[in-house]
Amino acid sequence: MVRTGLRISVLVYLTMLLVLPVGIIFVRTFENGIGPVIDALSTAAAMHAFQITVVVSFYAVLANTLFGVTAAILLVRYRFPGKRILNALIDLPLAVSPVIVGLALVLVYGRTTGTGKALAGIGINIIFSIPGMVMATIFVCIPLVVRAVAPVLEEIGDDQEQAASTLGASTYQTFRRITLPSIRGALAYGIVLALARSLGEYGAIAVVSGRLVGRTQTVTLFVQERYQNFDQQAAYAAALVLVLSAVVALLVSRTLRPKEITR
Amino acid sequence: MSIKALNVNKLFGDFVALDDVTVEIPTGSLTALLGPSGGGKSTLLRVIAGLEQPDSGTVEIEGKVATRLPAQQRGVGFVFQHYAAFKHLSVYRNVAFGLEIRKRPKAEIKKRVTELLELVHLENFAHRYPSQLSGGQRQRMALARALAVEPQVLLLDEPFGALDAQVRKELRAWLRHLHEQVNVTTVFVTHDQEEAMEVADSIVVMANGKVEQIGSPDALYDTPENDFVMGFLGPVTKLAGELVRPHDIELFAAPETDTVEATVLRVTRLGFEVRVDLKVNGDDIWAQVTRGTAEQFGLEPGLTVYVRRAPHRAAIPVATP
Repeated sequence: MVRTGLRISVLVYLTMLLVLPVGIIFVRTFENGIGPVIDALSTAAAMHAFQITVVVSFYAVLANTLFGVTAAILLVRYRFPGKRILNALIDLPLAVSPVIVGLALVLVYGRTTGTGKALAGIGINIIFSIPGMVMATIFVCIPLVVRAVAPVLEEIGDDQEQAASTLGASTYQTFRRITLPSIRGALAYGIVLALARSLGEYGAIAVVSGRLVGRTQTVTLFVQERYQNFDQQAAYAAALVLVLSAVVALLVSRTLRPKEITR
Repeated sequence: MSIKALNVNKLFGDFVALDDVTVEIPTGSLTALLGPSGGGKSTLLRVIAGLEQPDSGTVEIEGKVATRLPAQQRGVGFVFQHYAAFKHLSVYRNVAFGLEIRKRPKAEIKKRVTELLELVHLENFAHRYPSQLSGGQRQRMALARALAVEPQVLLLDEPFGALDAQVRKELRAWLRHLHEQVNVTTVFVTHDQEEAMEVADSIVVMANGKVEQIGSPDALYDTPENDFVMGFLGPVTKLAGELVRPHDIELFAAPETDTVEATVLRVTRLGFEVRVDLKVNGDDIWAQVTRGTAEQFGLEPGLTVYVRRAPHRAAIPVATP
């Protein structure tokens, strides 16, 4: 009885919050058939927005993968002063609103600040351009790879790595041949999560990008801008693409996750 | 000397793991580092392997100073208590690992790995993964893996510690046999004195980060230098202000030279051996006698006998507090 009750309440909860809104998007998108959807998604602005999202997500995920693995190894395998602070900093993006992250980046790298001017002097623009958007996305995704990889590193211990070093493997060879294969599943899971998060990032991007249509507009910004301009067809279609890519990413991550646990 | 550790010190925070330890291990020997847990024996082994850096002191391997060499350049084979099997690699690839790192030709690797798998009786398991092996098989794989790179010394950290009693016994005999076959200088850590006595030809007894005594199993058993070594290597009891071995206590029906009067408290038969609990001058002690002796004296509670330590047997004066 209790179990049935719990099951129903969880289902109702998820339906209200998740299934219904996403379902409505789906229905609205295809209200007038598939033709208008394709038209809406193949406009120059939409294509450009997808391109920007892919580029920003790619660099953000790449940077977070490298940083995430390094930080996880550092946190699990080494003892050093400031370790607890680093550990706390990694979770900071979960606590701080992305809008504030964006604002902070503007405050540091904005065109009126010292740093911003200095960088502009050598031809690098951070704010209102791709680098700032990548930085903002990196920031909000920081914990995802670290927190996926660190527990697995902890669990496998350092016996295998030590064994490899006594057998003559260098630090790099040990990482490449022993550590990396052992964390592969968890790493892939973290990357997928980071990717899903990057694709959907809005708040921080909205602040640092300046929302320049056709220049710094990502898909999420495109959805919002189209919606406000009463172009609901384009807004729904782009939103649906985002939802579908997130669902695909999560499905992929589900197939990766159980393997890691049973191993 | 194959391995020399000279005046090695190591602290973990406030804990003294190694306190001015000096040990020399001759080439080709099979040496046990024996002692209670926390005594520093594993730390010494890890310092020799280069997995741990000493705070001071030097380590020499085959005449070369290795103190600051990283583990990968020391030419040691190391076997871990929990096998440290490479879980994502097959048994074959595990054993081949060191050779692959050294970029040996494929044919040579194949030949060598096949030989080693035969040596450790795993030739039919080459394509299995470690998770499909028993504990004993994993440990034999780990040994083959360590031997593959032809190490100058083979170091084993509690190699049988995680195995059940039966497998443990088998592997002990097998390690002894293996050492005769490959004859590489071997050092293994154990806290089991029986294991050390059975397998090793030389034992280093360690406690509290210090070396207590070094010698052959017989020498340690028969002429222990202090009460710790005496107590750790075998059973002891107290007689006339000395620590003695219970089987070195002689029984007499009437007073003899150096004997003291004792009252039998209890007689416990353990197969061929008989344990006799005695009261001597108000102290409880025990003696281990054969069944024949027990029958000869007609030992039973309340009987008065006369006891002394058998001449020339190990004894350590009991420190008076």
